[in-house]
Amino acid sequence: MANVLHIVVCAGIVPDPLQTLEPVTGPAGPGLKNEMVLPAVLDPWAASALYEAAALVAKNPGSKLWLLSLGPKAKLQQVMMTVAQKVAFELVPIDGPIGGFPDAHSTAAVLAETIAALPGLDRDKLLLFGGWESATRGAGVTLQLVGERLGITDQFQGVDQIDIREDGSFEVLERVEGGKHQLSVCAGTPAVLGWATGNLAEPRNNPQVGMANMRTIMPALAKAKAAKLEANGLRYVSVALPKQQRETRVVKDMSPDEIAAELVAWIGAE
Amino acid sequence: MESILVLTHADDSGSALTKASLEAVTAGKELVAQIKASLTIGIVAVDAAAAAQAIASTGARLIAVSGEAFAQARYASDAAAVEALQRAAGATIVLAPGSSRFTRVAAGVAHRLGGFIDTHITALGLAESGSSDSVGATRWFYRQRIEAVVSRDTRPWFLLLDAGTHAAFAGASSSAQVEQIAVELPTLRTTVSGFRAPEQGQQTIRPDAKMLFVAGAGWTKKQADGQVHAAEAGKLILGFLHATSSSLGSSKSLVDQGGEGEPVLPFLTHMNQIGQTGSTPRHAKGLSTCCHGEEPHVVGWRFIGDRRAISLDPNCGWTRGKADVVYVADAFPVMAKVNALLEAAKG
Repeated sequence: MANVLHIVVCAGIVPDPLQTLEPVTGPAGPGLKNEMVLPAVLDPWAASALYEAAALVAKNPGSKLWLLSLGPKAKLQQVMMTVAQKVAFELVPIDGPIGGFPDAHSTAAVLAETIAALPGLDRDKLLLFGGWESATRGAGVTLQLVGERLGITDQFQGVDQIDIREDGSFEVLERVEGGKHQLSVCAGTPAVLGWATGNLAEPRNNPQVGMANMRTIMPALAKAKAAKLEANGLRYVSVALPKQQRETRVVKDMSPDEIAAELVAWIGAE
Repeated sequence: MESILVLTHADDSGSALTKASLEAVTAGKELVAQIKASLTIGIVAVDAAAAAQAIASTGARLIAVSGEAFAQARYASDAAAVEALQRAAGATIVLAPGSSRFTRVAAGVAHRLGGFIDTHITALGLAESGSSDSVGATRWFYRQRIEAVVSRDTRPWFLLLDAGTHAAFAGASSSAQVEQIAVELPTLRTTVSGFRAPEQGQQTIRPDAKMLFVAGAGWTKKQADGQVHAAEAGKLILGFLHATSSSLGSSKSLVDQGGEGEPVLPFLTHMNQIGQTGSTPRHAKGLSTCCHGEEPHVVGWRFIGDRRAISLDPNCGWTRGKADVVYVADAFPVMAKVNALLEAAKG
C-alpha cells in the first residue's frame, strides 16, 4: 500500500560553478561582484533532493511536492525556467537576498515560518528535504534549524537513499566517515533529510512538465512574499579570495617512462 | 570572560575518543590560552570513563553523557546529550569536531539553547589583532572559493571544526574524574542498524591516506585507437591504489556516466566525487589523471598539499596555477609504467 507523503524541498539558487567569483563588500555586508547578473542554477545537492522527492511522489500516489526557494524573484524566475522542465512541483518562492553571506539562522526562520503556513500541508506526513550543504554558504545547518523549529527530531544528513516501507517506516542511508553509509530505520514521518547526491540521474527536460509547472510558477512568483534576513550578531572580519600560490611547471617533452620515473620518485618522497 | 566547552564523542568501540574529537580538544586548549577562558570537555560515549583517560592530562573539567543509548549516532538521542552537556557547562563558546555525528545535531541544539552556529571552521583566533577576547573563526564560502573570518557577539556560539585542521591531542593516559550528566531521552523513533561500505566492492576512500588519486572522465573516453578501454583503465587505477594505498577521488562526470549508459569504472560511486558536488579531502599529495582541472573539480583540491596532474590538454585548468606540475601526456602508458615501477620496487 502506498503512503501519502507531503514532501517540501528547500533549495536555494547558486552561481553557475563555472563562473568566476569575486567578493565585494557593500553597505549590507559582503557579496559577490555582479552577483545579480551571474548565471544561476539550482543548488546541486538540493537538486538531488528534488529529483529524489519527485521519484518518491511518483511511487506514492496522493503525495505532493513543494519546492521552497528563497532568492531574488528575477533570479528565481530565470532558474525555474530550467528546473520546471525536470519534475512536477508546486513552487513556493520567497523574495529575499541571494548568496552565501546572510546568516543561516535567519534563513531557517523564514523557511520554517513559510512551511508552517503552507496551505494543505499535513505536517504528520512531512518529509523535509534539501541538500546537506549549499554551494554558497556551505554550512550544512539550515535544514537542521528548520527541522528543529518545526519540532522534527528525526533528522538525517548526507542522505544517499531512502526506502519507504509499506507500514510507513523507512530506511535511510547516510554518509559517514571513511566512505561508509550508516543505515537507520525510522518509524515514519515527519523527518528531515539532507541529501548528498542520491542515486538518481538528472531527469531529462520534459516540455510538457515544464508547461504545466509554469502555469503555477508565474503566479506564485508574482505573489512571493518578501523576506528580510537579520544578521543575528554575525560579523565578517574579512572576506577574500585565496591567494594563488602555485607556479605550475608544464612538462610537454618527457616520454611516459620519464614521467613515470619522476612520479614514482615524487610519490616516495616525504 | 568566555567559557569554552569542547564536545567529543567515542568511536565505534564506545570507549575511545575519535581522532577528530582529540583535534577539537587541541583547538580548545589553544583557544583557552589565547583568550584566557575556562575549559570544559564534554564526552558522549557508551563508556565515558574509559574514553576520558586520553584527555585526563588536559586539566579541564570533564563532563559526560554515558550509556547504551549513545552507542548509536542518531539525532534525537545525540541532540539530547549535547543539550544536556551544554546546559551543565553553561559555556559561551562550544567547539566540536565536524564529524557526521555532531554535524547532524549541533545546529538543532544551538537553536534549542538560543544560540548560533558556524561550521567548517579551519582556524580559530582573535578576530582582530590587538583585541584580547573577540574570537574570530575562519571558514570557506562558495565551496572553498572564498575565505572569510567571521565573528559573533551572540552566545552561546557553536563552532564545528573541520577535520585535519588541528593536531590530535596526545597526553598521558590516566584515569580521570568525570562528572556524569543525566539526560532525559525523548521517544526514540530511529534505530541505527549498521553500516554499509559501497556496494561496488573494495573500499577506495581512505581519508588518512598520504595521497589522493583522482580519475577524470577521460579514462572512459575513446583513446587514440578509436576504442574505449574502460576495463584497462579500471585495472590501472586499482593497481595504483593497491600499490600506494592512495584514496580514490573522481569527477562528477565520470561517476554520472553509470546512470547515462556510458562505459563506467565499476568501483566508483558518488562518494568518490571530489569538488563542487563532492568532498574536499585533506591529503599531503594529489595526482589528477584525465581530468580537465576546471573550477568545479579544483574546489575540492583546496586542502591538497602537493598537486600534480596528467592531462593531454596543454591548456587545461591545471596549467593555470592550480597544480604544481602538469604532465602533458597520455595517462594510460604513464600509469602503466608507474605501476610497473612501483611493483618492481616492492621486489
